[in-house]
Amino acid sequence: MDSKINFAVIVFPASNCDFDAFRVPAELLKQNAKYVWHKDTVLGDVDVVILPGGFSYGDYLRTGAIARFSPIMNEVINFANGGGLVIGFCNGFQILTECGLLPGVLMKNKSLKFICDYVNLKVVTNNSPFTSNCNKGEVLKIPIAHGDGNYFADENTLQSLIENDQILFQYSDENGNITDQANPNGSLLNIAGVVNKKRNILGMMPHPERAVRKILGSDDGLKIFNSIVESFVYQ
Amino acid sequence: MNYKTTVEVILRSTILDVQGKAVENAIHSLGEKEISNVRVGKKITFNVAAENNSNAEIIVKSICDKLLANPIMEDFTFKIEQITNGLEN
Repeated sequence: MDSKINFAVIVFPASNCDFDAFRVPAELLKQNAKYVWHKDTVLGDVDVVILPGGFSYGDYLRTGAIARFSPIMNEVINFANGGGLVIGFCNGFQILTECGLLPGVLMKNKSLKFICDYVNLKVVTNNSPFTSNCNKGEVLKIPIAHGDGNYFADENTLQSLIENDQILFQYSDENGNITDQANPNGSLLNIAGVVNKKRNILGMMPHPERAVRKILGSDDGLKIFNSIVESFVYQ
Repeated sequence: MNYKTTVEVILRSTILDVQGKAVENAIHSLGEKEISNVRVGKKITFNVAAENNSNAEIIVKSICDKLLANPIMEDFTFKIEQITNGLEN
């Protein structure tokens, strides 16, 4: 029996982080990975779905707004509602909020600038299949590259995110302090990544798939990928 | 009947419109200091074939709710006008 985990990376028109999202599980973690075209209607035998970063549909109307109507998204929504692990990095996060799988919305960066830089991320909780390999309060160095990463949700939603321990990552300084200075885009509560209540859907603006080799600046992203793999091993 | 529809989508008034703010600053640098509260939105136009005005409204509202506006951050308004000959565009 093949004990490898099956990753599927959904490819939308103008996805541009799909290669990285594919190569981390396939080449570094030695798991199975495949691309699934957005017009496909079947996911197949899959354990983890990744919605990669990019500019799906040219960010027309709103980021992620059109991609959520791609045929494969019905399958992804069913898979997620059935408890399957779904991850959205950057544009993937925007798509997940647009389909209502995650609360809130990503607005234009407060500075109006597209920001491409390393940030420090505080791991707020390790109670999730995406952060189980991290220590609570640990600071990860991971890059961001977005123009619309300004997380917004109404007061009640924010309260519910806190009460249910759904905030996974916050922009912080290198010591884990949550400050305005460390907030690159104006996100409320410095939110960089959240999970749903059932804790099987993750959305985050930073790109852990770009931080997997020390020679490129950081391999902290591997902690997130390793958490996912281990969540299956210890099931 | 065919109806010409104009939808306007704009950030909710409680949300800081950073784009509007940037445009406002640019207007001020033109010397027009009396301008304030600039907000930038979107205008979307299309035609709807419907039995009558209220059916057209139901269709348009549904499209706005599901796609054209994100209710978490945006409000929308729309206008529907019956198309008579010569007003197709």
